[in-house]
Amino acid sequence: MELCSFLTLDSFITDPLTHDFMRKALLMSSLVAAVCGFLSSYLTLKGWALMGDAVSHSVMPGVVVAYALGLPFSLGAFIFGVGSVALIGFIKQKSRVKEDTVIGLVFTGFFALGIVLVSKIKSNIDLHSILFGSPLGISLSDVKQTIFISLLVVILLSIFRKDLMLYCFDPRHAKTVGINVFFLHYLLLTCLSLAAVVGLQSVGIILVVAMLITPGATAYLLTDKFDNMTVISVLSAIISSLIGIYVSFWFDLETGGSIVLAQTFIFLFAFLFAPRYGIFKLKKLFAGYK
Amino acid sequence: METINYQNFRIEAENICVDYNGKVALYDANLRLQPGQICGLVGMNGAGKTTFFNALTGFVNISKGKIRINGESVRSAQKDQTIAYVPQNEGIDSQFPISVWDVVMMGRYGSMNIFRCPRESDVQAVKDAIERVDLTDHLSTPIGNLSGGQRKRTFLARAIAQRASILLLDEPFSGVDIRTEKLISELFIQFKNAGKTILLSTHDMIHVREFCDLVLLINKTVVAYGETSEVFTPENITTTFGGISPDFLFGPES
Repeated sequence: MELCSFLTLDSFITDPLTHDFMRKALLMSSLVAAVCGFLSSYLTLKGWALMGDAVSHSVMPGVVVAYALGLPFSLGAFIFGVGSVALIGFIKQKSRVKEDTVIGLVFTGFFALGIVLVSKIKSNIDLHSILFGSPLGISLSDVKQTIFISLLVVILLSIFRKDLMLYCFDPRHAKTVGINVFFLHYLLLTCLSLAAVVGLQSVGIILVVAMLITPGATAYLLTDKFDNMTVISVLSAIISSLIGIYVSFWFDLETGGSIVLAQTFIFLFAFLFAPRYGIFKLKKLFAGYK
Repeated sequence: METINYQNFRIEAENICVDYNGKVALYDANLRLQPGQICGLVGMNGAGKTTFFNALTGFVNISKGKIRINGESVRSAQKDQTIAYVPQNEGIDSQFPISVWDVVMMGRYGSMNIFRCPRESDVQAVKDAIERVDLTDHLSTPIGNLSGGQRKRTFLARAIAQRASILLLDEPFSGVDIRTEKLISELFIQFKNAGKTILLSTHDMIHVREFCDLVLLINKTVVAYGETSEVFTPENITTTFGGISPDFLFGPES
């Protein structure tokens, strides 16, 4: 802790900004966090946490194959992400095995395939950075790709914001009034795959699911309005990213893990002190002042 | 009695079958309903009531048979917002962060542009609908904070805002208070007079006698269908419920 004693808060924040890689990491991670946080509201309300886990792990072989072939890794990840979901649906329909079991076995299968491919395809793929993220070592082409995918997801989610909310809330009504539920289902899956791809740069494949569910879960405890939930989810995701990166810089910790831990702590805070749904209900504590 | 021609039917289901991955949920079911008719859908759990609704709304595909809504396909009925579905209270996530106003506004989505921006007419329709179910004091209340009856009224308001000519109601009277029950029955009379067609599923035999002109008894297929006074007999009910005596269901006086 002697490190902290001679640091002022000001230099705690500004010193890292003198490094080019830190500025880039902070910007990129905030962008990724915003995208994942936006999507997170839908995934938590739809109950797709496990699906998020499945898709994010299943993109692994896609990333490896794309690297080996010199294609944009987002393309490979996207194909395998959506492919895994299609396969889950197919096996579920054609066998008597329960859905959560199918999800578990499909995504671990894909993930294992990815690990085997990494060991077989001798290339410059850094397994560690895929598994645990490398926001501090992000390349220029990755930056462009991340910005492009992030904007695409944000635009899609913004256009279909209300339809997706209806789809999560009451798909039967959506279908009854002629809204294309099939399209919305695959739109949400597509966004999930794309978000997993950009998220894995920040925190890696193993932890990207946290980016996709924790901010939404935190926001869900704090509000009863969907729009507020989205805003809180995005903000808490961005704040966690910033905290995680700063903490990892100063204390020399794994960046991806730090970001997710920050998210977890924010969730725990909401879990304990959320005004209406927290264990201690802050509202009650402050009721005396009215 | 007026002559019945094909165009006069609001709902016409002919020999419809629905199966889920080879498991038959409903077979050879027929139903014809005209404007202004209220029909009760009665059967055990798992008898295919919800499946019947799902087939009419197009939420599941029928594997055989034909459905016509106002003489047209289910697909065009969806486009025209012809059918409104009022779910069972258990069928929705009451913890979803959404207000009464937003739920009712969803009734207008089908006729809005792609961004679902409410027009003046949509706002007015939602206001009117909420007023008709007596929830004006709860416009911005999250549905999680409503009572069972108030939640039921919220979804009724959504159906009203949708201006549908056919209403499908899944257990409209289960878990509601007396006030809501009275309000629903008043609305039924208004709907009937406005020429709307109502198909409602219920467990409660008294409600069938009270509200339904027609009754459709089902157990995977149609057991009996017709005027309530003719078809709703102890024998038919016993058959529908797999041999349970109607005394047990009604109490001894019937």
